[in-house]
Amino acid sequence: MTDTLKISDLHVAVEGKPILRGVNLTIRRGETHALMGPNGSGKSTLGNAIMGHPGYEVTGGTIALNDGNVLEWDASERARAGIFMAFQRPMAIPGVKMADFLRHATTNVRNPDRKEGEELIPMRQFRKELTENMEQLRMDVEFARRYVNDGFSGGEMKRAEILQMAMLRPKFAILDETDSGLDVDAVKLASESIAQIGSDAGGGEKMGILIITHHDKLLDRNAPDFTHVMLGGRIVETGGIELARELYTDGYDRIRAAYPEAAAAEESMTETATV
Amino acid sequence: MSATLTNTGFTQEAFDEFLASRNEPVWLSDLRAVAWSRYNELDMPGRRDEEWMRTDIRLLKLDKFGFPTGSRQTELPNALLAEGVELGGRGASFDSHSLQGELEDAWASKGVLYGNLDDMLAEHGERLRPYFERKLVDPLQDKFAALNAACWQSGTVLFVPRGIKIDQPLHTLAVMSDGGVDLHRTLVILEEDAEATLLAETASTETHGGGLHCGAIELIVGKNARLRYVNLQNWGDGVWHFAHQMAHVGQGANLQWTIGALGSRLAKVNQHVALTGIDAEAQVNGAMFTQGKQHLSYNTHQHHRAAHCRSDLLYKSALQDHSRTVWRGMIKVDKGAQRTDAYQRNDNLMLATTARADSIPGLEIEADDVRCTHGSTSGRVDDQQLFYAMTRGYTRKEAVRMIVTGFFQQVFDRITIESVREALGKAIGRRVRDLGE
Ligand SMILES: Nc1ncnc2c1ncn2[C@@H]1O[C@H](COP(=O)(O)OP(=O)(O)O)[C@@H](O)[C@H]1O
Ligand SMILES: [Mg+2]
Repeated sequence: MTDTLKISDLHVAVEGKPILRGVNLTIRRGETHALMGPNGSGKSTLGNAIMGHPGYEVTGGTIALNDGNVLEWDASERARAGIFMAFQRPMAIPGVKMADFLRHATTNVRNPDRKEGEELIPMRQFRKELTENMEQLRMDVEFARRYVNDGFSGGEMKRAEILQMAMLRPKFAILDETDSGLDVDAVKLASESIAQIGSDAGGGEKMGILIITHHDKLLDRNAPDFTHVMLGGRIVETGGIELARELYTDGYDRIRAAYPEAAAAEESMTETATV
Repeated sequence: MSATLTNTGFTQEAFDEFLASRNEPVWLSDLRAVAWSRYNELDMPGRRDEEWMRTDIRLLKLDKFGFPTGSRQTELPNALLAEGVELGGRGASFDSHSLQGELEDAWASKGVLYGNLDDMLAEHGERLRPYFERKLVDPLQDKFAALNAACWQSGTVLFVPRGIKIDQPLHTLAVMSDGGVDLHRTLVILEEDAEATLLAETASTETHGGGLHCGAIELIVGKNARLRYVNLQNWGDGVWHFAHQMAHVGQGANLQWTIGALGSRLAKVNQHVALTGIDAEAQVNGAMFTQGKQHLSYNTHQHHRAAHCRSDLLYKSALQDHSRTVWRGMIKVDKGAQRTDAYQRNDNLMLATTARADSIPGLEIEADDVRCTHGSTSGRVDDQQLFYAMTRGYTRKEAVRMIVTGFFQQVFDRITIESVREALGKAIGRRVRDLGE
């Protein structure tokens, strides 16, 4: 059976304020999904809720990985189950070197049953893989010795997130605006890398990928099988690659007009957000 | 299980008996006698003393302790700082009684003296006497300084003659039994152009062992000499720890002084560095981890007595449970100490809302052409950092531990001795449990 991540009627509130109002989305391994939508429509909220951020309260609905109830797992268990997100704004962890951070992370994710204190993956094997992946992403070796996201430029952070995806080899990867902060060449490289990493999550299996973006470049090499549009905390329309093309050229006016109720919800969300 | 000790208290009778048993030169006995009478005159410090305001020792009953008896020696705890290090010499003591010590011939033949203070004073008394009599730590300044000066036993001495550079670290371990007493005294002398690294650590035979440590440390770093001195306090969490520490750094000399503190029930430490010759440099590093009801209190002084000197102090502590730390830092710049460059900083990471850290930096500057800066921070482990690490497969506890290690990294980065970085990092990592309320 193909691994499946299934989100049903998901409601999420932040600080008591409802943000997601019934999201339905099913991703199978091997599929690429694009998630688009205006700023503030709830795309990152969906990602954070899938990852188990404690500040995002699930007030209704379910998230299932095959027959596992994802909502019962903490963020660590979700990561070990093979769910990954490249964050829009990754956190800095001063004093912790990228390489050390990733060695421990890689060990835990690849051996989900590892007990605390058990051996990490062998240094040589890890080094080799890390170096290969960094070369692929055209990252300087020095990078591994820098502290996690500490003082990284926007572009460096995004590249570091892709590097983590490459090392952790998740079953499902959410990429939240991984193209923002990158110049044209860097987006091209990111697009290629994501396609390559996504095509092999170990053992020849592909990943299921959810790409949150406003642009077309990241989708160049990652043609979406499905494109979803989020508005006012709901996925209001789903189509193929042609829908993505329409949105990044024409914007969301047609969508807002077609879904007045979601557009009204969007308006009320942004109002409260700016208060 | 506590070793049986028959301490009689610090009584006149016990002191007389102690002196009689020592067989020491008169000059030394006289020093002890003066300090002893001072000890008896002085009151215990109280909360009205500025230095002791935040550090309550009313529960300390000194008369429950006494002169260290020759308690039964059990197996010594592992020395953390010596792991994987090729040592040039080693020493150890148990309840202030010296145990086997050694110094590589390569160094002994060059005139290096290293061993316990008792034996070294007996053998090289005239050589060491002038340094001893410099009294870097004023023996009469308070009850604890006087007690150590009067009653010290065992101890460590390192003397490195002019121009000798010891490139292997020396190590010393002071062990205390549960309920034991340690009255260690350390005297380090580096003559002109000498170099040495001394790793000193303390440990109890039991994690929850009690007892009393009342110590003194004197470091004399001669002209253009370089000393790296590491002091890891890892007593059991029932031990009372009182220490006066003073370094004099001479012209063009360099001192890197690292303090690690993990143990004791209550610690009150005065760590003073005086830059006594022009162009002297001192780097002071502190890494503390406290838990339970531990209370660690540090008074640091960076005293610029000569011009063109640099001092840089960084203390970092992480606090768990109901523990508490106090740091009072003072940069003092004398009138003639122009072109001083002095820095002090204290960062605290609170792992529980019930923990408390006080940071009180201070400046006293009499010269006008100086650069003196200080800073302190206090913060909690960031929930966003925790979440981020967990999405990379870290368990919550692993994530907390990693973030705490990262917090200390800045101070570890300054410690140029790998075994020390590793030992401190591991020891702290083992102690971190999770975030408390
Ligand atoms: N951590 C948060 N704290 C407060 N409000 C939040 C938080 N995360 C999201 N929101 C709110 O939720 C709404 C959706 O935000 P987000 O999911 O970031 O949108 P998108 O990623 O689609 O731009 C916004 O109104 C935003 O202000
Ligand atoms: Mg977003």
